[in-house]
Amino acid sequence: MNSNGMSLIVKTVTRLTVGFIFVYGIYIVLHGHISPGGGFAGGVIIALSFVNLMLAYGKQELYRRIPKLFLALFETIGAIMFLGIAILGFMSGYFFYDWFVSKGKPFTIFSAGTIPLSNIAIALKVSSGLFAIFLVLVLIRVTGGSKE
Amino acid sequence: MLELNLIMLFVIIAAFIAVEMKDLLSAVVSVAAAGLGLCIIFLILKAPDIAITQLVVEIFLLIILIRATIRKDLPFSTSGRWFFNTVMTVTFLIIFLSVGYFVIKQLPQFGHPLMRVSGYYLSEGLEKTRATNLVTSILLGFRAYDTLGEATVLFTAVISVLAVMRKKGRKKIGEAEDKYEL
Amino acid sequence: MSIYFLDFILLSIGLYCVLRKRNLIKIIIGLIICEYAVNLFLILIGYKLNGRSPLFSPGMEIKNMVDPLPQALVLTSIVISLATTAFVIALAVRIYQKYKTFDITKIRRLRG
Repeated sequence: MNSNGMSLIVKTVTRLTVGFIFVYGIYIVLHGHISPGGGFAGGVIIALSFVNLMLAYGKQELYRRIPKLFLALFETIGAIMFLGIAILGFMSGYFFYDWFVSKGKPFTIFSAGTIPLSNIAIALKVSSGLFAIFLVLVLIRVTGGSKE
Repeated sequence: MLELNLIMLFVIIAAFIAVEMKDLLSAVVSVAAAGLGLCIIFLILKAPDIAITQLVVEIFLLIILIRATIRKDLPFSTSGRWFFNTVMTVTFLIIFLSVGYFVIKQLPQFGHPLMRVSGYYLSEGLEKTRATNLVTSILLGFRAYDTLGEATVLFTAVISVLAVMRKKGRKKIGEAEDKYEL
Repeated sequence: MSIYFLDFILLSIGLYCVLRKRNLIKIIIGLIICEYAVNLFLILIGYKLNGRSPLFSPGMEIKNMVDPLPQALVLTSIVISLATTAFVIALAVRIYQKYKTFDITKIRRLRG
């Protein structure tokens, strides 16, 4: 069980490229209403960037450094934000996308009503949820049987 | 559509290899190849949203599958041994495929969809939501409550996985319950 | 119309793997192949010959798009399949911890 991670080449290349993967995921989330992508694909890419970091450097080191409170916090913030947009639109008589954010010109980022906000909420929820799943499934020990 | 049929044959061959291999790691890699062929089919069928989502979701599934299970000490799988089970399965599949042949004749011709509901989305989508990606405008604009249900399903799956991989279970009646710790 | 039949063959390969194999990981692989076949079938229904992807371009009038409604539904379906398969993998890991094997013919005791 390699708790020290992978070889030096993998660690160096990961350190150079993981920032680009993270920014690419954020780009796909924010341009979800202009180009293909959306909240789900962008959220999974953001989760994959953290998974890449964890696979390259070994799980013992990163387990100490990640504050596990943030995962639960981000997921619930994303879920409550999306639920809030849904319920507020439902209660004030309009449908989802009509009510408070104005619709600008097409092909800019700040257009299309509440769609960018929904994309950001979904991306928060999906990325932190998937990284929590990965953390739990990988951190069990082979011999004993209980999760540390 | 010649290239569509060719890549579909590649996906079928990759799926067949994944089912029949005895080594588990090679089977998982074959499923990855089938998913990649499926992503290329989605690009040929002019669906770029689905291609991106399919690729990254498949990568995540394969990472979990390899990392969580195949590092255990059972790399080879033995095939089934019941004769009655084989006969019933093959019979069921032959009946399924022959009924499917008659179903295919009733479907509309490949390449001429009905589009009764989507005519409204195509003509009114840009004006009502001002989003130039029509799939996003349907998913988060016209049919946003379905996306709310999907977000709930994902949330439930995360909670279920965290609940299954608990450190200590519930104690017997009479003792105090154990506190859940991540 | 032959592409629909190839898709049904893919679904039957997945079904055969779920029904006939003894190893739990092979059953999960069969489940993944079944989900691939179903998503592909939904997108094949909505394809229009010589159509275009449902995205607007600046300054162009697009008249001939493929059906965007099945694509939205399949996006939901792919994410839900990710959720259920992750849960099934967690169950498989727990079963291995308790019974020390992945063979389904040896998992017979239903204790808590």
